[in-house]
Amino acid sequence: MSQLNLHLKVWRQNAGQPGHFQDIEAPDIPDHASFLEMMDIVNERLISKGQEPVAFDHDCREGICGMCSMQINGVPHGPEKATTTCQLHMRKFRTGDTIWIEPFRAKAFPVVKDLVVDRYAFDRIQQAGGFVTVRTGAPQDANALPIGKEVADAAMDAAACIGCGACVAACKNASAMLFVSAKAGQLNLLPQGKPEKDRRTLGMVRQMDKEGFGNCTNQYECEAACPKEISVRWITKLNRDYAMAALREGTGNTRKEAGGGD
Amino acid sequence: MPLDSHIPSGPMAMKWSKHKQDSKLINPKNKRKYTVLVVGSGLAGASAAATLSELGYKVKCFCFQDSARRAHSIAAQGGINAAKNYQNDGDSVHRLFYDTVKGGDFRAREANVHRLAEVSVNIIDQCVAQGVPFAREYGGMLANRSFGGAQVSRTFYARGQTGQQLLLGAYSALNKEIAAGGVQMYPRTEMLDIVTVDGHAKGIITRNLVTGKIEAHAGDAVLLCTGGYGNVFYLSTNAMGCNVTATWRAHKKGAFFANPCYTQIHPTCIPVSGDYQSKLTLMSESLRNDGRVWVPKKKEDCGKAPSQIPEADRDYYLERKYPSFGNLAPRDISSRAAKEACDDGRGVGPGGRGVYLDFAEAIGQFSQKTIAERYGNLFDMYERITGESAYKQPMRIYPAVHYTMGGLWVDYNLMSNLPGLHVLGEANFSDHGANRLGASALMQGLADGYFVIPTTIAPYLVTQKPGSITTEHPEFKKALEDCTAQTKHFLNNKGKRSVDSFHRELGLLVWDKCGMARDHAGLSEALKRIPELREEFKQNVFVPGSGDACNPELEKAGRVADFMEFAELLCLDARHREESCGGHFRSEHQYPDGEAKRDDENFCYAAAWEYTGDFSKPTLNKEPLTFEEVHLAVRSYK
Repeated sequence: MSQLNLHLKVWRQNAGQPGHFQDIEAPDIPDHASFLEMMDIVNERLISKGQEPVAFDHDCREGICGMCSMQINGVPHGPEKATTTCQLHMRKFRTGDTIWIEPFRAKAFPVVKDLVVDRYAFDRIQQAGGFVTVRTGAPQDANALPIGKEVADAAMDAAACIGCGACVAACKNASAMLFVSAKAGQLNLLPQGKPEKDRRTLGMVRQMDKEGFGNCTNQYECEAACPKEISVRWITKLNRDYAMAALREGTGNTRKEAGGGD
Repeated sequence: MPLDSHIPSGPMAMKWSKHKQDSKLINPKNKRKYTVLVVGSGLAGASAAATLSELGYKVKCFCFQDSARRAHSIAAQGGINAAKNYQNDGDSVHRLFYDTVKGGDFRAREANVHRLAEVSVNIIDQCVAQGVPFAREYGGMLANRSFGGAQVSRTFYARGQTGQQLLLGAYSALNKEIAAGGVQMYPRTEMLDIVTVDGHAKGIITRNLVTGKIEAHAGDAVLLCTGGYGNVFYLSTNAMGCNVTATWRAHKKGAFFANPCYTQIHPTCIPVSGDYQSKLTLMSESLRNDGRVWVPKKKEDCGKAPSQIPEADRDYYLERKYPSFGNLAPRDISSRAAKEACDDGRGVGPGGRGVYLDFAEAIGQFSQKTIAERYGNLFDMYERITGESAYKQPMRIYPAVHYTMGGLWVDYNLMSNLPGLHVLGEANFSDHGANRLGASALMQGLADGYFVIPTTIAPYLVTQKPGSITTEHPEFKKALEDCTAQTKHFLNNKGKRSVDSFHRELGLLVWDKCGMARDHAGLSEALKRIPELREEFKQNVFVPGSGDACNPELEKAGRVADFMEFAELLCLDARHREESCGGHFRSEHQYPDGEAKRDDENFCYAAAWEYTGDFSKPTLNKEPLTFEEVHLAVRSYK
């Protein structure tokens, strides 16, 4: 195991106030540590000097909860492909490196503090239709509805999204299309999701727009940044589903508003 | 105090049906008048909140994460058990019930386990209807796989992300109800305390983790769905935020804490690599199907590269000790064997706390490609974390804390001894006894939330006048003051040490004395040291920042303060239980061959501890366990 000496440029900000980069020297960082463990070490040192540590979001630290974020050297979750910040390890860096650490930046993700942002917009999008309206206790036997393996596997590909927001942070327009298309796509593809397909699609897309996410201009930075490698073909599907839903809505064949469990 | 578990009368297989028939109902119009507070949004919390809202109750749901979807249920990999018998391999509700009682080493309550097995089949139906993408066969039917402790194939799965997919299903149901206005969601909101009025749980105190505001919420009943206490060990497979605060605060307000010493140590995790380590990562148990576990026979070989150690100098200790189960020996036994090898000075890797899990033979027998198809994602994850390729050299693994079977004591209705306080999922003690079988945690969380509590909460609520207690009640004012005072204490304390440094020290101590193997002397040492450390924490902790903003150090301080108190009860329970059972292994109580020695004559009970105001002197209440259906027997894996 070797040690790294790093120069960090860390974004510091309190909610509602302007932020700035702070220079923090980070000597003697074990290369076996994860990126977040490096942040722990840095924070421990700040605390020992009586200073306030850098706030950042994290929880499971095994790449599944989607809580960790951070723009590392301009890339969401850092340089390693298909890897969340919590699973990025310091051996991917060299001693003497300068590392820029910023929050995910998007109008719809306001900064709470330092590297912590508010991603509740994603929840509101899902509340606008990202579900199948089924009551607990009502369903038939699980095997009464055969679903081909290919369809089930494709739905699972979309469902692998961890809702971290890297797609938004990677996009120059701060578009949430990859996230929305993955969630809508999973349910729109499955037979259980068909009855509400139009309501769901219209509801989620309109809520996305309302939250202030930008438009998709098909540059596919999102796919490259996605730690779960969600494919942009879901965006294609969402565009198709949306066009059809809007058409049917225009001809009076669908309900205008999605959502609600009534 | 006598404990009444309110188990319905009648034959085991009829108890739940009978109980549903006998339970009182609340008419739909009146349901709207009741408010239920749900703390936690994992499988148990999200499913309970969504279902209660569907029924018409007003629900408030709280989680400390930024979204309900991030609760730690999401990290479960393997699968969920259900007695569907889709494989026609002889599975049944009775068999799942039997396996679970036996797997729990006869320390669970039979009636609860039977109900769990019964509703397991409904869970799968429900999840499929929500659009959970379970693995399927080409014909479109659901696929199954086998898991430990069972001879049938009853585990449903969604790749290696079953917990994630089930949680997203429950989260989608929760979103549906939030959109419908039935659930009010409070993300980034942590419960600090519970409020009791005349002995009934009537509310909670929370802190908004963004604004720092400390608030009171009143309800007609409170549901704690707040998971386990594995992070008392500091290093565990739990998420960083998992904590004991909700259940511990409830305990201090009178709720009994049952069997805290039943902790599960998972044998296959990536070992600790340095003192900066913040958490441990699980590698699926399935790896042991093809991997062989070994350590060097000679201590002096431990520093050598594994390829330099000839076959004759390797000790395949699981194959040697358990010839019939070999590398697939159960979790508790495999974990202890790894510890013994390392204690003997034959561990490998940094600090000598690791054993090899070697795939060389399997790669030779099949091919690297075949092994990659089976375990590719796990090998990738291993390489990401360790920088080593398990195709070229053996993995290093070591056991880690994974799950806690103990929790707040509940009756058949999932209500604690505090009326109105219900406890669901990992937070309660009821279904897994002294050891949990794989793929049963997800089953219990969803059973409790979707199917049990919606029925069993009504009998309590009908006895209550809805909305009769508000936050104006003096008890709320007092609880608010207590919480504010604690926050102030942390922020004003002129200490020198960080919260994490205390948490690490506590974790090391508890792991050392109350981990995989425990004995009276070690536990007594821990019981002497814990109060000292707690006092030092109080005097010398330094919490920077302010109370009226996002302050992660302040959040951690509150959690660690509760772990400091809880750790003492954990060790007291472990010391009092003079037997070995499941995850609780007392070195003094073993057969000559090293197997756990249970003492049914003296310890066939659930230990429900009552807070007395003195952490070192809790009162022990016993719920005797009786076994009508599954007869007490010794587990053997030779």
